Amino acid sequence: MEIVRSQRRNGSDGSGSAASLPLYKTAPSLEFRLDEFGQYAIDRLRVLKAISDGLSRGKKPEEMDNLVGELWRANMKHQDADETLRKDIISHFVLRLVYCREEEMRRWFLSMETALFRYRFRLQNAEAQKSIMNELQLQYNVLGNAEYETIKDKLTEAARSVYFTSNPESVFYKVPFEDVPELVANRRVFILKGFAFVPRSQVVSLVCTIFRSNISKALALTNRKWRTMIQDQEKDRLAPMVEALGNIYLGPDYSKPQDCAEISLKDINQLASTSFPLCMRHLFGKLREDHHLKHQGRMQLGLFLKGVGLKLEDALAFWKAEFSQKVGAERFDKEYAYSIRHNYGKEGKRTDYTPYSCQKIIMSTPSTGDHHGCPYRHFSEENLRAALNKMGVGRRAMDDIMDKVRNRHYQLACTLTFEATHGTSCETGINHPNQYFVESRKIFQSKVNLPLVKFSQQFCLA
Amino acid sequence: MTKEDTRDDPMQIDSNLPQQHQFNRAPSASLLTDYLRIYYGKFFPYTDMYKWLAYGNDGKHPGCDSSYFGRREFSFTIKSDRDEVYLRFQSFFNASEMETSIKAKCPTKIDIGAVYTVDPAKRHAYAQSGFNPVERELIFDIDISDYDDVRYCCSGADTCLNCWPLMTIAIKIIDTTLREDFGFNHILWVYSGRRGVHCWVCDSRARRLSKEQRSAIADYFHVYKGGENSLKKVTFSGPLHPFLARAYTDVLKHEFEKWISTQKLFEHEERFHKILQLIPDESVVSELAEKWQGNSIRWEHLKHMLQSGSKKTQGLRRCIEEIVFSYTYPRLDIQVTKGMNHLLKAPFCVHPGTGRVCIPIDPKKCEEFDPTSVPTVAQLIEELNTNASIGADNYVGKTSLAVSVNLFRTCFLEPLIRTCKDELESAYNSKIQQTKDSLSW
Repeated sequence: MEIVRSQRRNGSDGSGSAASLPLYKTAPSLEFRLDEFGQYAIDRLRVLKAISDGLSRGKKPEEMDNLVGELWRANMKHQDADETLRKDIISHFVLRLVYCREEEMRRWFLSMETALFRYRFRLQNAEAQKSIMNELQLQYNVLGNAEYETIKDKLTEAARSVYFTSNPESVFYKVPFEDVPELVANRRVFILKGFAFVPRSQVVSLVCTIFRSNISKALALTNRKWRTMIQDQEKDRLAPMVEALGNIYLGPDYSKPQDCAEISLKDINQLASTSFPLCMRHLFGKLREDHHLKHQGRMQLGLFLKGVGLKLEDALAFWKAEFSQKVGAERFDKEYAYSIRHNYGKEGKRTDYTPYSCQKIIMSTPSTGDHHGCPYRHFSEENLRAALNKMGVGRRAMDDIMDKVRNRHYQLACTLTFEATHGTSCETGINHPNQYFVESRKIFQSKVNLPLVKFSQQFCLA
Repeated sequence: MTKEDTRDDPMQIDSNLPQQHQFNRAPSASLLTDYLRIYYGKFFPYTDMYKWLAYGNDGKHPGCDSSYFGRREFSFTIKSDRDEVYLRFQSFFNASEMETSIKAKCPTKIDIGAVYTVDPAKRHAYAQSGFNPVERELIFDIDISDYDDVRYCCSGADTCLNCWPLMTIAIKIIDTTLREDFGFNHILWVYSGRRGVHCWVCDSRARRLSKEQRSAIADYFHVYKGGENSLKKVTFSGPLHPFLARAYTDVLKHEFEKWISTQKLFEHEERFHKILQLIPDESVVSELAEKWQGNSIRWEHLKHMLQSGSKKTQGLRRCIEEIVFSYTYPRLDIQVTKGMNHLLKAPFCVHPGTGRVCIPIDPKKCEEFDPTSVPTVAQLIEELNTNASIGADNYVGKTSLAVSVNLFRTCFLEPLIRTCKDELESAYNSKIQQTKDSLSW
């Protein structure tokens, strides 16, 4: 193993930014030691992982701002600003190597790096922000005066719908609507003939989209380079480290419920009433009642059951028993069995799909005839109270839960539900329906000691 | 499929039934197959469909991509007496291959998928990562059965002239927004054959949208949210975004007034009770409920009460808009728009349940569209027989399908092809220029 002497370079590291927030445009021509390779990556990973946890717990933007600030200081900051920048860049590029190799990893890395960038960008002063925007060549998109006059009232109308008061902004960026999908999705921006008019105050979204798209392309390229060249060249040096870094435990994904955790069909009713979180109880109940669920509902419940340990044959029998009462056994076999096998990775491109996390479920929006999504988010207060009542939640806990719901802390509400129905506290907080199930079984198992479900000790929620 | 049974000869009219009734009966499975054979033999517009989906890549210009049409996925649903088979990843090199295949297989339904990186039929030859969708129209699917909770004249798969206006509203709002806000120009609206409409946005910019961008557009339109367990599916916390304000002022406001009268919303207690449930102020609700025991000018009364500003309850300011939107705003199937590999039924298919042809709708005249008078396949065949002597030089021209094919061509296909040719031309020219530049010393 070579130990390369580290050499400092002042800003001319190809990061493409004089400001303290690099854009990671090109791989740096820095030299650093092998131990820095691993350690820097781990430090950055700690930051990314904490961001991931924070987001899935529904932390508000201001809380996230603070969190990121703290994390950065704790893990990445150095007394010497140059050193910090160096570590920043090195750790990012190392993690690119680690996370470029699988689609799920790419997606996670991309989301977390974009989130990190967003929070750091917001913390920059106006000067620094401006210089980053210039680097992204946004100065060419400033809305001219003549055009501004023609759409002034619409801009004001749009601003009022977002902020509820007329917020007279003077600087707008005219960009294709494709560049600001978030603002479009939330109707936070005025669009005309394919262009979005982004006020200066909303430019974060625009900058982040561009950042995200750049990193996404870079990841795809890195993946190709890794596979075709680097992996082989580095098989004795960097490759083993990259593998090790990739396996660092980030939290269970519940797609493979480990060999011993199995459930059988005869237990499923009982398990549903004792250990399913409300979202899955609801889907399960509706399935029993209507003998049908729409596509998203089938996905959400089906993958959950897979994670809980329901084997493919049992899953097929289960869904068939219900659906055939509505559409007939033949139609089930023709139209629905395929997608169940697909969920288990037995058809099509054979991806073994992961059960949805709370974050994903909360973000989905059910429509007419749907029963998926997070009930804490979508049920009216009356219906939610009724549903929780059926679960056995007492009055005091009910009020606490409703309070959390009103403040949009859906996962905290679910955690409180768990605590109320199991009589214990749940320190870690619920961020995955399968986690709810596993924790519930743990409690029941320790209470009753019946081998209804054996579970693996590998599920440590770090 | 090839038996010649005179009993089921589609050419014979059952003279006991009134003329119109027989055409509106849903055809039996074997009758449908016979009809389809004739339909695909004489009516289905293969060349027009090819011209559309080739987007100018018909091989005539040096800048064409001749592999383009062949990389498009089609899927066929084929029904026989006992079985239903679903064939995905069908592809055709050109119009004539497509025509041969459709005539041979006689599918009850044809779906159009995405354009992929390679010919879908050859996808197994490539690594999984090598087979991906690269282009796909931006699509919308609206079903009138999603409005069952607000319509009282029909439910499920039925529709009539009283509730069809909901579809007209959807077309108006979505079409205007796609053109005004998003800048799209080449938009095709198609009757789905029974209870809804489909929208195909075919600009090249639309075809190249990523999943995330499609999601953003879908969410932009997504106003009606929540399943049966949420009470209020539309909530406006403040002034409306210009797009929603336009939808309200130009369309929804007066359409709701019409809806009140066709659906008799304020004449039946359970019906107006639903409206009252959307008002987040108990005192307002009970005052209205009391006063309405004998009064029928209720909507005006309700509006007056909510607008007067005498009640300062939170959530009351936008209540009228919320009610109007809840009842009439377009309800999209969001998942259809968000994905790139969702398969959507092709225009000019025959709906197996109704026998009606999925014909295009002119968005500028969508108020005149009447779903109950859309030609059925039986009707078209009958027209062909009766008009055999009329001088049109093709089969379609002798029937009412001619109107629809004409509409497809003049309002949609011709402008689209012109744009595609222009784009191909300029892309080609700039490529030539680039090569020239790089060759210069």
